[in-house]
Amino acid sequence: MGSNGSKRLKLDWRAWGVAKSPWVYHLATGTCNNCDIELLDCLTPRYDVERFGIKLVGSPRHADVLMVTGMMNRKCLSRFIEVCSQVPKPYIIVALGACGSNKGIFHDSYNTVGPVERVVREVMKEDTIVVNVPGCPPKPEAIILGVVKGLKLLQERSKR
Amino acid sequence: MVIFELIVYPGLLFAAVIGLLSSWFERRVSALVQWRVGPPHLQPAYDLIKLAGKETLVPRTANRTLFLLAPLLGFVGAVLASLILWKANLGRSFLGDLIVLLYLLILPALAVILGGLASGNPVAILGASRELKLVLAYEVSLVLAVIVAILKADSILLNRLGNTITIGSLSGVIAFLVALLAIQAKLGFAPFDIAEAETEIMAGPYLEYSGPPLAIYKLTQAMMLFLLPLFLMTVFLGGIDFRGLGWLWGILKYLGVLLLIILIKNTNPRLRIDQAIRFFWRWGLGLALLAVVLALIGDRVGLKWL
Repeated sequence: MGSNGSKRLKLDWRAWGVAKSPWVYHLATGTCNNCDIELLDCLTPRYDVERFGIKLVGSPRHADVLMVTGMMNRKCLSRFIEVCSQVPKPYIIVALGACGSNKGIFHDSYNTVGPVERVVREVMKEDTIVVNVPGCPPKPEAIILGVVKGLKLLQERSKR
Repeated sequence: MVIFELIVYPGLLFAAVIGLLSSWFERRVSALVQWRVGPPHLQPAYDLIKLAGKETLVPRTANRTLFLLAPLLGFVGAVLASLILWKANLGRSFLGDLIVLLYLLILPALAVILGGLASGNPVAILGASRELKLVLAYEVSLVLAVIVAILKADSILLNRLGNTITIGSLSGVIAFLVALLAIQAKLGFAPFDIAEAETEIMAGPYLEYSGPPLAIYKLTQAMMLFLLPLFLMTVFLGGIDFRGLGWLWGILKYLGVLLLIILIKNTNPRLRIDQAIRFFWRWGLGLALLAVVLALIGDRVGLKWL
């Protein structure tokens, strides 16, 4: 990754390291479990993301990719902000599924505080990279593509 | 010369490189067992580089000094142990090196316990307490199994132990099996990964660690994955003989022991902590005592195979 861009500008080793071994922490914020199952599909022999060094970790402090599923209900908001503050920088957030990226069928629900990106930008006021992966549920290929795009963005941003 | 030995050849760098390769071997074989492809061979090194570049977070409830110093304790223990063990395989031994080695090999477990307790997280403390109980469970069995090898070699020098193939006798086989299981527990692999138990207490004592301190823990774990099979090999299977093609046979023996450990890891579910303690104090200790008695009888009567 980043082999084209690295010639023009010097490579940031921190972002390179994250791209080489992204550890994923999985956070569910009011989800129907469909995306969660699809996420676990990425680890099965068919897709085997450990080939790229991706693995699931149990603690947000070990994570490089925060995989958020669900429509972010009111109760989960404070927990989500708490977890985000526990993840060591640099990291990226991937909002998984229709609910995570644009509220999905919960669009007019009274109980949701909006998609993940809105919470990060407007409530937390941070410029962490947020990748939206739409789909109900997204295919494992789409999830992998989302992570790849996020990591590319992280590398490009760290060069600036 | 001492500095070179400590940092480059049998010490830090050497043990780290072989340890990271062993760690890759472990992940790759695990992947093959599960019909996956597995990570590239530089993956453990990538993980370390990544962790070194991450932010270090210290919890508000933690004892800051102890929390940050604990990883170094285990790391130093592993480096010194690698120095002593490799030198013994090269034929340079001193009186009591086996005892020093047994103490040094406990240091990583102690570091994990201290770090977990210092982090101030209830779940990490639970993991540390489990690790402590596990150390109390397996250590006696391991030392008793090593005593069988001492009886067979008729010496306490690691060098002599390395020249004797203890496993060629009945008591040796029993002691090897007990020591193999104790080492499985020492490495924190299933069925004895009770302290880390990712599905119940997240990562146990490592829970609050991030960035460089976590990298030091991972490096220590990788080095232990090199040291403990080598220790088992030196004590029971005869160490590495560097004359002629002996080193090739030595590498094969090392890979064999490593493979055995990995296959046990991949084919067993996790025990509860009380089951593990009962297992080691009943079966581990019982079998190790039996092996010691058999070895003593064999020594007195003059039967080599006993």
